[in-house]
Amino acid sequence: MKEQKPKLKLAVYWAAACGGCCVSVLDVHEKLFDVVAAADLVFWPIALDFKYKDVEDMPDGHIDVTLFNGAVRNSENEYMARLLRKKTKILVAYGSCAHLGGIPGLANFFTGEEIFKRVYEESESTINPEKIRPQHEYEVPEGTLEIPVFFNDVRPLDRVVDVDYYLPGCPPQTERLLEVFLAIVTGAELPPKGSVVGAGTKAQCDECIRKKTENKLIKKFYRPWEINDDGESCFMEQGVLCMGPATRSGCGYRCIKGNAPCRGCYGPTADVIDPGTKMMSAIASIIDAKDPDELEKIISDVVDPAGTFYRFSLPSAIIRRKLL
Amino acid sequence: MEFKPKVIAFLCNWCSYTGADLAGTARVKYKPNVRAIRVMCSGRIEPTFVLRAFRKGADGVLICGCHPGDCHYQEGNYRCLRRYHLLQKYIQQMGIETGRLKLEWISASEGKQYAELIDSFTETITELGPCKIKETMENLT
Repeated sequence: MKEQKPKLKLAVYWAAACGGCCVSVLDVHEKLFDVVAAADLVFWPIALDFKYKDVEDMPDGHIDVTLFNGAVRNSENEYMARLLRKKTKILVAYGSCAHLGGIPGLANFFTGEEIFKRVYEESESTINPEKIRPQHEYEVPEGTLEIPVFFNDVRPLDRVVDVDYYLPGCPPQTERLLEVFLAIVTGAELPPKGSVVGAGTKAQCDECIRKKTENKLIKKFYRPWEINDDGESCFMEQGVLCMGPATRSGCGYRCIKGNAPCRGCYGPTADVIDPGTKMMSAIASIIDAKDPDELEKIISDVVDPAGTFYRFSLPSAIIRRKLL
Repeated sequence: MEFKPKVIAFLCNWCSYTGADLAGTARVKYKPNVRAIRVMCSGRIEPTFVLRAFRKGADGVLICGCHPGDCHYQEGNYRCLRRYHLLQKYIQQMGIETGRLKLEWISASEGKQYAELIDSFTETITELGPCKIKETMENLT
């Protein structure tokens, strides 16, 4: 029998994530056979019954590639990030949360205490007169039970461990994942460490399928439900906030094709450190007003600048959380 | 220890920097807390510059450009004005006192006004106290 090339060892892990990234891996559909032919899945909590202990027992550097999705929200996430870093040759921050902090990162507008107060005391569906909160440690007759510690701040993966590659998106487009995966399998030359893979380098607007004109001046911002989108002209020209100018290309315009403005999940373009500030610059260029009062009125239609411009990237922005 | 605020001032080359220069040549006395950074136009000042200044420890950021209508590049100061309004709204959301960021128009002949502006802005920042951004960002858990 011909000797087979050793298979790649692949792991997928979710930290503070919604599960969408893991589903995007499943979305390879029948290509899964190609993946399984080239790789053994050694750890994947959403699909396979391996325990943390199995990972702990692996020798260091045992796993070839780990797709780590989700932000670091609690001590369990942090522990697994460090553990997988130790056991993995190529650690990929997979998806917006691991890459930039993502939607869970919006919790950085609040403190851990504020979140607990809301969730365990104030929310409309909660009845908790004794104000019981989850405890990190709890004594029971059988011993001490532990649950992870909830951190005050959300951090992207690279604030906790060294990351080899970033694969952006919420979730990443499955085709891009396959391209990257096949590049690793075939032994193609890999980009330098720290690169963003599976995405373009330019902004969304660069190749956007919507019609653009030179008329980039607007008198009013609309929220998407306030206008009848004509279905073909640039959202910004219609006065709808679209994160396209400050967002990396590569997603295949999934939102735009669905007649929704870009929300910025692919993160900033190459060499840009902060997408929100770029977006502020872009918007400032198209507002058609010189009078401060008129300007103030137009900007008042941008209801939530911080949440809109940093929807996926707050924990990796220049100012990574709301000040206390 | 007495709090000595660090103030970063971005000054446009054509009006405000010349105005600041005039304050110097006229030997007007003003507070020494300002670190002036010359840029070609107030329209060159990206929000990134302002946030990085805060992130690296500035207690206040001052932006100065030509008076409306006087911009050497026609429109730069209006762009600056729009960015400023957006930034103000943003920093307010992030829990930063809006008083820490200020935009003023200083022409090349307004050396005296520049000195007064620096004095009054430094005073405002002194009252606000040290900015907590740098410390907070370095201590995230």
